[in-house]
Amino acid sequence: MSTAKVGAVLVVGGGIAGIQASLDLAESGYFVYLVESSPAIGGTMAMLDKTFPTNDCSMCILSPKLVECGRHLNIKILTMADVVDVRGEPGNFTVTVRQRPRYVDVEKCKGCGECAEACPIEVPSEFNQGIGERKAIYKPYAQAYPNAYVIDKENCIECGSCEEACQAGAIDHSMAEETLELNVGAIVLCPGFEKFDASQLFYYGYGRFPNVITSLEFERILSASGPFQGHMVRPYDKKEPRRIAWIQCVGSRNFRLDHGYCSSVCCMYAIKEAIVAKEHTKEPLETTIFFMDMRTYGKGFEKYYERAKEQGVRFVRSRIYEITEVEDGSKNLRIRYANEDGSISVEEFDLVVLSVGLEPSPAARELCQRLGLELNRYGFVELGSFTGIATSRPGIFVAGAFCGPKDIPETVMQASAAAGEAATLLAEARGTLVREKEFPPEKDVRGEEPRIGVFVCHCGINIGSVVRVPEVVEMAKNLPHVVYAGEYLYACSQDSQAAMKQIIDEYKINRVVVASCSPRTHRPLFQETIREAGLNKALFEMANIRDQCSWVHMNEPDKATEKAKDLVKMAVAKAALLEPVPQISAGVTKAALVVGGGVSGMTSALSLADLGYQVHLVEKEGELGGVARRIREGLKGEDVPSFLRSLIEKVKAHPKIELHLGTEVKETAGYVGNFVTTLTSGKEIQHGVTVIATGAREYKPSEYLYGESDRVFTQLELEEALAQGDPRVSGAKTAVLIQCVGSREPERPYCSRICCAKSVKLALKLKEQNPQMKVFVLYRDIRTYGFLEDLYLEARRKGVIFIRYTPENKPVVEKADGFIRVTATDHVLGVPVIIEADILGLAAAIVPQETNHQLSQLFKVPLNEDGFFLEAHMKLRPVDFASEGIFLAGLAHGPKNLEENIAQAKAAAGRASTVLSKKVLESHGMVAVVQQDKCAACLTCVRLCAYNAPRIRNYAAYIEPLLCQGCGTCAGECPNKAITLHGYKDHMQMALSGALFKEV
Amino acid sequence: MRLQYSPNIRIVEMPCSGTIDHRVILQAFEDGADGVFVAGCLEGDCHFQRGNLRAKKRVQAVKKLLDEIGLGGERLEMYNLSSAMGPRFAEIANEMTERIRQLGPSPLRKEGGAA
Repeated sequence: MSTAKVGAVLVVGGGIAGIQASLDLAESGYFVYLVESSPAIGGTMAMLDKTFPTNDCSMCILSPKLVECGRHLNIKILTMADVVDVRGEPGNFTVTVRQRPRYVDVEKCKGCGECAEACPIEVPSEFNQGIGERKAIYKPYAQAYPNAYVIDKENCIECGSCEEACQAGAIDHSMAEETLELNVGAIVLCPGFEKFDASQLFYYGYGRFPNVITSLEFERILSASGPFQGHMVRPYDKKEPRRIAWIQCVGSRNFRLDHGYCSSVCCMYAIKEAIVAKEHTKEPLETTIFFMDMRTYGKGFEKYYERAKEQGVRFVRSRIYEITEVEDGSKNLRIRYANEDGSISVEEFDLVVLSVGLEPSPAARELCQRLGLELNRYGFVELGSFTGIATSRPGIFVAGAFCGPKDIPETVMQASAAAGEAATLLAEARGTLVREKEFPPEKDVRGEEPRIGVFVCHCGINIGSVVRVPEVVEMAKNLPHVVYAGEYLYACSQDSQAAMKQIIDEYKINRVVVASCSPRTHRPLFQETIREAGLNKALFEMANIRDQCSWVHMNEPDKATEKAKDLVKMAVAKAALLEPVPQISAGVTKAALVVGGGVSGMTSALSLADLGYQVHLVEKEGELGGVARRIREGLKGEDVPSFLRSLIEKVKAHPKIELHLGTEVKETAGYVGNFVTTLTSGKEIQHGVTVIATGAREYKPSEYLYGESDRVFTQLELEEALAQGDPRVSGAKTAVLIQCVGSREPERPYCSRICCAKSVKLALKLKEQNPQMKVFVLYRDIRTYGFLEDLYLEARRKGVIFIRYTPENKPVVEKADGFIRVTATDHVLGVPVIIEADILGLAAAIVPQETNHQLSQLFKVPLNEDGFFLEAHMKLRPVDFASEGIFLAGLAHGPKNLEENIAQAKAAAGRASTVLSKKVLESHGMVAVVQQDKCAACLTCVRLCAYNAPRIRNYAAYIEPLLCQGCGTCAGECPNKAITLHGYKDHMQMALSGALFKEV
Repeated sequence: MRLQYSPNIRIVEMPCSGTIDHRVILQAFEDGADGVFVAGCLEGDCHFQRGNLRAKKRVQAVKKLLDEIGLGGERLEMYNLSSAMGPRFAEIANEMTERIRQLGPSPLRKEGGAA
């Protein structure tokens, strides 16, 4: 039957969006074809050195995902492949994919690199942005998946050297192009972006002057795995620069080139590069960022900006005229620019980094044209309003920078949303095409003499440049029970993992120690590897010689090496005592609790209900809708009230959604898959996941006469007054809007993100109602990121006057007879401007709900310093909490516009479905157990446990493993030491600290 | 952040500060540690509800024991900080190192000299 839905999804593009969408879908019961046009997945994120605002090493956080995606049983990766044609209908598409020949058999290639050693041809490396070379046979980057080489036929001279060198017989020059037909139910497009070609702007000198480079080139220069191993030098003469300039908006906010949009990410990445550049040198380094508006609008971004200023990064608000080369042979550069007051300055720099914008690739645009998808005027995919992820063709969804420039967290969020939406479409076909992971039977190692394998990681140069890794390995070889010790460039890469399994077999290893980075990020990965080698996952111990050693003792290589040795000694001593821990699995309650009945909560609830799960939607107020009830028009002019009405109707009519209005959460207990929550109504709910979408509030200003004059409005009030035809507004001749009221202030040091676009929209609305009205916007930076920049341009064209103020010189607002007197200093003329305003609109901050603190304690999930909920990881887990099974969406996470909240709500549902779709969940295993004959039933543990896990059974305590959270407080407290915590038994911990003081 | 701090600290990972037993702390001193500090979540913000408060009690008890045996309770300290407080961790590491330097090597150490 042609209408039967297919339980497989095609994901196009293997960057972080495609990887996340693939993983979410595969974990939710769908088979995934991931089609990537280059020879490896990883995308642009793989090229980045660090990521803002946490300065996490990009590769370190991406690499586990590459491995997970690469080794997933239900993800089929097709590299060097392009989608040619799509036929069929939503639920059942036939996709034609053309796969170019690699000339290397991926199955046979071990990634050893002997072929590249032998290859005589050198060409510029694309991955390194043309800085440095690769061979004609190459692997794009060290951690690439697939971990296999590829022949670049255009440059290959067919000399046969690689074939001779390859011991695996993997090279096959006769490979030809193949055409595949795939049957899928839905398509997720994540082809990413291309960087703007800066040579189009002659006056910046890119391509003419060797020391003018792009931001992506600079990322590669900074990267430990880059062309200069992380030494920050000019590519031209390999000299360390002393003065670096960044130029913002290169190919962005440029309507002459039809790149009128803002690329959204460049302000943050320039700040990051400046901060990281300073860390890369011991000498003083001057860093200057030339910008128009500083757009640090995301979560945690404003603080990052402030921190950069404290660290001496210089910010110059300016317009660049041109860059010329200094004619003294230094190849230094002279930047001529106009300051804000119109004066001209000239400064010399050693290196100029162009913050290039993002644009859609021609190939992706062409694909969209073939698929008949609507594009916007800039060639990005046009999103369906209030969908977050829908294209103009049903069944085809989009995520990432291809539908608008965006940073990694938003890309990941949108990928999860697109995955969730695809899953919803194919709900009835869930689980029909997936296979289950089977591990080899566990070897019984009880009673065996410990045989320990120690794997020490260089982490590129993250560890190896400080800690002398070979010395650590030599020391480890002499430790008791150690039968193998070896060093790895990246222990987490696909090839190292394969080697690890082989070595475990070969040396009959029954305990594994990895000395590398943080167990927080990498323990699960290594544990899965040892499971694949037939070992129980508890037979694993990690020594963190990066975060706890090389990174924090960067300038003391001797002491760091000694410390690394100690950490390995300690881990090995503990490893010798490790015992296998049985896995306990539990069923999953196929129901969700969604807290918050605003747009985000309702969207999450609907997605989950459409996936077929029972949903309990709890709203503390008597009606649904949240703050959106006060919004009249979307940023693209959408009719919000009718959207909201239809959403509320769908929620109310859905048979799988049970509404709990006027209700709050009273108590909650349990764990992922098996939560029990009691509501204030007394009702008890069993659910497998929780979504927190409790929204936020508009700040009630205490400044600018708010509450003292009926001519002063907040944005939401002004919007309401406008819609209602309030005579105060319709009769006004002059309106003033003031930005950053309560935001970017010491007591609220974050940007509220949506107010700039909102004020510009309100200004346009006022102009539309009364074109004669004088409208002024007093701002600090206009942050109309992405395509919202079009609104800003339109407002200026229609005569809205924008005047910048500084926090030191804020506008003065006074009551006058029949009007409000606003005095601001004009940023161009430097003189005070007095405006007699009839109405004043305040862009009041978005502030967290007062109940957040209470919910945070109830659900045991953290808040950030600003009082918004804090996700598990700023970059890669933007809708997850660290506590498994609890997710977040919407304004509760931080300020965002309606469209973004909807995407996040769908993402939370998508992530939640990875839990709900499972038949069983495995317990973490590290639980407390009671030795019953030692227990005196004193009740200490029963009284102590916050999770009610211990109870008395047959005159002794018993701890319910599925309730136990593994904190071990009972083990520490038990007076008779009858309780022990798996993996952290006292004798293990004592052996561990004891090893520190033993000589090898 | 990669804030630099004194390299003579060795971190022992625990699921919760509440896990730590008196004996584990005492054993560390017996083996030769000059000082021990227990780092738990901020009070009221324990990831496991109240494990850090139990840890605090135990640390107090062991401090008393150390005083009684003449080793000195000031060689042991409990600190509270969150995982988002990198700078505070580095500060504590340096603070504790300085305190122990002032006190000198533990008399229980078989050989003298700073770690």
